[in-house]
Amino acid sequence: MSWNTFATVAETKRALDEKKVSAVELAEHYLARADVLNPTLNAYITLDREKTLAEAKLADARRTSGDTAPLLGVPIAHKDIYLIDGWRTTCGSRMLENFVAPYTSTVVANMAAAGMVTLGKLNMDEFAMGSSNETSYFGTVKNPWDLSRVPGGSSGGSAAAVAAGLSPASTGTDTGGSIRQPAMFCNLTGLKPTYGVCSRFGIIAFASSLDQAGPFAQTAEDCALLLNAMAGFDPHDATSLDRPREDYSRDLARPLAGLRIGLPKEFFGEGVAPDIAKAVEAALDVYRKLGATTVEISLPNVKYSVPAYYVVAPAEASSNLSRYDGVRFGHRAEQYDDLLDMYKKSRAEGFGAEVKRRILIGTYVLSHGYYDAYYLQAGKLRRLIAEDFKRAYEVCDLVMGPTAPESAFQFGAKSDDPVKMYLNDIFTICANLTGQPAMSHPCGTDDNGQHVGMHVIGNYLDEARMLNAAHQFQLATDWHKRHPSI
Amino acid sequence: MAQWEIVIGLETHVQLTTASKIFCGCSTAFGAAPNTQVGVVGLAMPGALPVMNRGAVERAVKFGLAIGAKINQRSIMARKNYFYPDLPKGYQISQFETPIVQGGGLTITLEDGTTKFIELTRAHLEEDAGKSVHDLFDGQSGVDLNRAGTPLLEIVTEPVMRSGKEAIAYAKTLHNLVRYLDICDGNMQEGSFRCDVNVSVRPVGQKEFGTRREIKNLNSFKFMQQAIDYEVRWQIEQIEDGKKIVQATVLFNPDTGETRAMRTKEDAMDYRYFPDPDLPPLVVSDADLARIKAAMPELPEAKCVRFVAQYGLSQYDATLLSQDGATAAYYEAAVKAGADAKLAANWMLGDLAAALNREDKAIEDSPFPPSQLAALIVSISNGSLNSKTARVLFEKMWSDRLQIIAVAGIEAAIDKYGLRQISDSGAIEKIVDEVLAKSAAQIADFKAGKEKALMSIVGQVMKASQGKANPAQVNDIIRKKLAGI
Repeated sequence: MSWNTFATVAETKRALDEKKVSAVELAEHYLARADVLNPTLNAYITLDREKTLAEAKLADARRTSGDTAPLLGVPIAHKDIYLIDGWRTTCGSRMLENFVAPYTSTVVANMAAAGMVTLGKLNMDEFAMGSSNETSYFGTVKNPWDLSRVPGGSSGGSAAAVAAGLSPASTGTDTGGSIRQPAMFCNLTGLKPTYGVCSRFGIIAFASSLDQAGPFAQTAEDCALLLNAMAGFDPHDATSLDRPREDYSRDLARPLAGLRIGLPKEFFGEGVAPDIAKAVEAALDVYRKLGATTVEISLPNVKYSVPAYYVVAPAEASSNLSRYDGVRFGHRAEQYDDLLDMYKKSRAEGFGAEVKRRILIGTYVLSHGYYDAYYLQAGKLRRLIAEDFKRAYEVCDLVMGPTAPESAFQFGAKSDDPVKMYLNDIFTICANLTGQPAMSHPCGTDDNGQHVGMHVIGNYLDEARMLNAAHQFQLATDWHKRHPSI
Repeated sequence: MAQWEIVIGLETHVQLTTASKIFCGCSTAFGAAPNTQVGVVGLAMPGALPVMNRGAVERAVKFGLAIGAKINQRSIMARKNYFYPDLPKGYQISQFETPIVQGGGLTITLEDGTTKFIELTRAHLEEDAGKSVHDLFDGQSGVDLNRAGTPLLEIVTEPVMRSGKEAIAYAKTLHNLVRYLDICDGNMQEGSFRCDVNVSVRPVGQKEFGTRREIKNLNSFKFMQQAIDYEVRWQIEQIEDGKKIVQATVLFNPDTGETRAMRTKEDAMDYRYFPDPDLPPLVVSDADLARIKAAMPELPEAKCVRFVAQYGLSQYDATLLSQDGATAAYYEAAVKAGADAKLAANWMLGDLAAALNREDKAIEDSPFPPSQLAALIVSISNGSLNSKTARVLFEKMWSDRLQIIAVAGIEAAIDKYGLRQISDSGAIEKIVDEVLAKSAAQIADFKAGKEKALMSIVGQVMKASQGKANPAQVNDIIRKKLAGI
């Protein structure tokens, strides 16, 4: 069998439906490719041939017995933050190096119900804290386009795997841009849905009020198919939205005539590399040719996104990560004097530097006497930013801009300066603070030939419109059809 | 020497009677093998999330309505962060700034019959922790997480109690109320109802409170009394010796009867409270509120007022009979089955209470059902028994665990034990004659005007009839005979 390793999810589904390929053949193909490329890319932390082939066989058997699940047999790789019963789930940390999940996350269970076959568990920044995949205990992930550059983070493995044709699609999570920024760095389409659309149950928590699951794929069409499988109300997650399922593909074909695109002046000012701005401008021209109009808007409070985020996210993380105490699971120091010593040593050994930094920040901002000045204040900023967007959507349907101020950078370029690293998420963070859906799709290259992503921020639950816009853009362009020569 | 005033406030942890835990579906049943009632949520597995048990919310609302408190229809669940092995998440989900129940209060009745209104600060929902087990493994401690996540309502009073007696009366009243409302089983041995007592002392007349110490986890009223007595004495001694009280958490040791500081304010933890982002604000809708209100049981105070009006009971008897649901239900069942209301009260507070106490039985487990007590009382009214033989019959039936159904009615039971009252005047006269024949001295005394002598003769006649003679008739016949002598 010869298989185009860069086939989209839609194409893979069609081939399976037309019985041109079996789930087992697809699994074999991607596992074989991973055997060759993963030693270089380090996209996967865990591959389990036996489990994957068992799932693939089951998918083929389901098809034989007449099952018509929408993505039956389509391979998927999961960020190693999703628990899957029986699979090692590390979250990129030494703390969970040997942790085997005792249950399956709702999103993975939903995708399995839709017929998808798990290829493996993908590398990531430790506990999803990072923008370059350099904080993983399991080593850095290489950007398949340029092995000297980072793939972005925290879902670096998820982006690298799809870009390198190791999987047709993958899951990620996005707390401050962890899907959208790596999607840009690896020339992919990645979507962070509205907070509450995908259940967080069984996804290891970083910052509970910001975390959201979402797909990586080559196209917006694929993202719609994947989101159809991932989304849905979950009684196990109290923040999950209790609403009827929707078909995110329903509006893909709609023409863009009349679409109003808001361009926040704050997203096009200083701090954005000129060649990136240029690529985005050119892409906006494509949108205009497709019938969209653009209008300048202002989001005056969005400049507070990074400071607000670096209070809220570490605060929640410091509490969420308290459960890693060495008592019930995870890393426990071999030698300790007493309970306190066991806590200290286990956590000192189990967590890496960035995680410790954020636990310290979070513990500080929640401390007695500081809570009002930091956490409470950050909460107010979140509301102000949300009000900015609310006003914006009175004059536009979608907000657009560059996904990140800079393209994929070299390893080590920012690892000594956390603030510099944090500023890479300056455009993406606001959508996490407000809970709005946002995505990145390929829209050009910078002067170094590195990829530029168009950041599309929608109003709450407006994913179908965003996917429609990106799909129409992709029908008119071929940036998303480029693949690395690896 | 200064006169000291005692200031006490209570925090009571009440385990709610939901079948499953507050944030997951695991069972809350007591006494299972360690760690058999804990799942991914209770173990705080990575990725596990809490979901609020609405049954716990309803019980909290029920309590709030019963004490006339403000129900916050939108309250906030918060994380209280600290590390301990019996706290799997590294934080306890509780309520901090906005509790579900605010204000309200309870009226307590002291032994001397005086009443006092005890104001509550708040009552909030939270999860219980697991238990550390220190004596099972040599050199190591174990953790049993079966209890972790059991729903608790923490009920906090203002510092308004002024004696150990008031504190005990409050705790008992609260204990009754939560069982009345059926929101807590009240089992103190199993830890379903645990009190932390904040105690301070100050010179009478001083406005500011003294420094308080908190006695943790008292699970019996007896220990509570002992602990408060000891703590008050200790604090007064310290101050009179010129020492300062240091704010502290103390434990009571039932073996020594002493309290001992566990930690002082200096090592008090910073719990870094913040709203739990996993749980949206806890909303109690108007419809929820109306539904819970409509289903409220009659409360002790209302029941007491009704008992006075409906059954003509004294305030004191009505209070005792309405204090707990099972006692009130027993009483009303007995009256409904035909018992005289006043006699039924006397019997329940007298012989029945004594018998239950003797065997440490709750009234709901009484081997003497209300219908049987009613039959017993009816047979006094209709003359089959006198009050004395009725008591004898009660004791015999109690100790034989005899149920009248088994002997075809109370009349058959009376005959079985040979206790039927003798109302045949011929038979009584015969006994009287026999007694009078042997009572020359008493007759002389009576004739000399000593009424007491008559009582002695009556007593002998009753004794001779084995208590079965109708006492009124005996009296009449003796008087007639003596008049004729």
